[in-house]
Amino acid sequence: MSIKTAIIGVGQTGYRFKRTDVTMQELAQEAAAKALEHAKMEMDEIEAFVLGIAPDALSGIDNVDRWIGQALGVTPRPQLRVNTGGTTGAAAAQAGYIHVASGMFRTVMVLAADKVSETPDAQWVLNTAMDPIYERSLALNAINMCSFQAVRQMHQYGVTERQLAAVAVRSRQNAMANPYAHLREPISIDDVLSSRYICWPLKLLDCCPRSSGACAVIMAAEQVAVSSPNRPVWIQGMGATSNTVYMGDKMGPGRDTDHADWDELAMAAATAYRRAGITDPLEQIDVAEIYAPFTCTELAAVEALGFCPKGLGGQMNEQGMFDMRGPMPVNPSGGVLSANPISATALARVAEAALQVMGDAGEHQVPGVRRAVATGIGGTLQFHTCMVLGEDL
Amino acid sequence: MSDMATASSPLIHPGEWHIHYDYAVGEIAERFFTELRDNATIYALRCPSCKLVFVPPRAYCERCFVRTTDWVKIGPEGVIEAFTIVYEPFDGLPVPPYAVAYVTLDGASTALANFVTDVDLSDPEQASAALAIGNRVIVDFVDERKGLITDFHYRLL
Ligand SMILES: [Zn+2]
Repeated sequence: MSIKTAIIGVGQTGYRFKRTDVTMQELAQEAAAKALEHAKMEMDEIEAFVLGIAPDALSGIDNVDRWIGQALGVTPRPQLRVNTGGTTGAAAAQAGYIHVASGMFRTVMVLAADKVSETPDAQWVLNTAMDPIYERSLALNAINMCSFQAVRQMHQYGVTERQLAAVAVRSRQNAMANPYAHLREPISIDDVLSSRYICWPLKLLDCCPRSSGACAVIMAAEQVAVSSPNRPVWIQGMGATSNTVYMGDKMGPGRDTDHADWDELAMAAATAYRRAGITDPLEQIDVAEIYAPFTCTELAAVEALGFCPKGLGGQMNEQGMFDMRGPMPVNPSGGVLSANPISATALARVAEAALQVMGDAGEHQVPGVRRAVATGIGGTLQFHTCMVLGEDL
Repeated sequence: MSDMATASSPLIHPGEWHIHYDYAVGEIAERFFTELRDNATIYALRCPSCKLVFVPPRAYCERCFVRTTDWVKIGPEGVIEAFTIVYEPFDGLPVPPYAVAYVTLDGASTALANFVTDVDLSDPEQASAALAIGNRVIVDFVDERKGLITDFHYRLL
C-alpha cells in the first residue's frame, strides 16, 4: 500500500517574458519561499527536493539544477533533477509524489524554473530537439508538430480555424483574472483569425508565449498533511504514458495511436481515473488545468480526458462547455496559451489545480471545486501525464 | 530596497556556447542513405514479427523489440498524411514560405517527412487545399545527392 500523499502548499512567481531583477537561482528561491509561506512551513521541514529543469541550453547554464539546489539550501538532503521536455514540471510532480507515496520521505518540495528570455537563440536550441539524421533538416519545430495535429483534426473531424480561435479567446479571458499570467490583454475571435499564419493552420494567437518564471509545490505524507493549516489536496490518482518520438509512426497505416488525438493522454487518464475511482469524469471532476500550448492541443486533451466524444471538442467549446461558468471549466488560470515558463509550465497546471481544490485560486477560483485534474505533455507530443487531485482522502 | 538598479538598465553579462557535433549515422542509416544517394531508392525495414514496415528504418522494431531484418523498397509514390505551410521565419530554418508533409510511401507502414515543392504557397487557402490529406505525391530525387534526407522531396501528382 502506498502512503496517502497531499499537496499542502503552492508558490508561483508570476510569469513574465523577462526577469532581469533575479538570477535563475533567485527565481527558484522566490517560488520556494512563496510555497513555504503558503504551507506555513520552514525549509528545514522539507526532506527531499525534485527539480524540474528542461534543456540546459535555454538558461545557458549546464546542469543548472546544481545551482538551484544549493540556492535552496538543500545540503545535505537529496535532490533529483527530472527532464521530460515540455512535460518536465508534471514529471517532477510525478517523481515527488512517488517520493512521498513510497514512504521514503514525509515531505518533498517539487520546483521547476525557466528563464528563456536570456538567449536570443532559443529557436536554435528548440531546433535541436529533432532527430539529427532523418528529421532535423526538414524544418520541424515545436509549432509545426502541432500543426500536423490540427491538420489531421480538420480532416478527420471537421475542426475549423474559428473553433481553434475560440479556445484562444476563452483562455485569454480567463487569464485576465489571473495576476500570474503572462498575457492578459483580451482578444476576440477576429483578432485570432486575422493574426498572421505561423505554421498553417496555426496563427500567432493560436500559439503560447515563452515566459520566465518558477513554480514550487510542497507534497506531504498523510501524517504531516493532516495538520497543515491549508486544506490538504490529496493526490487521488496519477497516470503517465510515453510514445514514439517519430510523429510519422502515428499517421501511417501502421499507427496504433493517432497524431490527431491524444490517445496516450487517454491511457494516462484511464490509469489516474481508475486509481481515483472516477467512472464518470464529467460528473466527478469539477475543473481541469490542461497543458495545451496550442489551441488544437486543448481539443485533443478534453476529448482524451473523457469530457466529450472524440472530434467534438471544438463544437463543445464553442457552446460554452469549458467556460469558467460552464459544466466543465478548463484552464481557469488562462492556461499555457497565457503563460509558458517551459520547465515550470506543467507544474503550474498541478499548482493551479491544487489551488482550485484548496479554494485559494483568488479571482479565477471556480466555485465549489472538490476535485480537479491536471495534465502534462512534452516531447514530440509523446509524453503525457494526468494527475487527479481532490479534497477527499 | 534602493533604486540604484532599475529595470530599464539591468546589468547584463554576455555568454556564449560553442557546440559542434559529427553524428555517426550507424550502419542501418548508412544503408538507407547509400541507397538514396547511389540508386535513388528509398528503403524501409520490416519487422519479422509484426510485419510493420518502418521508415525511417529502425534496427529494432519499436513495437516488438525484435531485430528488424528485411529491407523493403518503398515508394516512389505515396499519400499525404499531414502537412503544414510555414509562413514565419525561424532562426536556423529555411526562408518561408515552405511546405512540409508526412507521406506514407507505397509499401510503408509509417509516414516520412519531407518538403513538398512546386506548390504555389502565396494563398494559404488554395495551397492547403492542394496539400490536403489523402492527396498523392511522388518522390523527386535531386541530381547531386549527398546521402542526406534532403536528397529528395515530394511533388504533388
Ligand atoms: Zn514488430
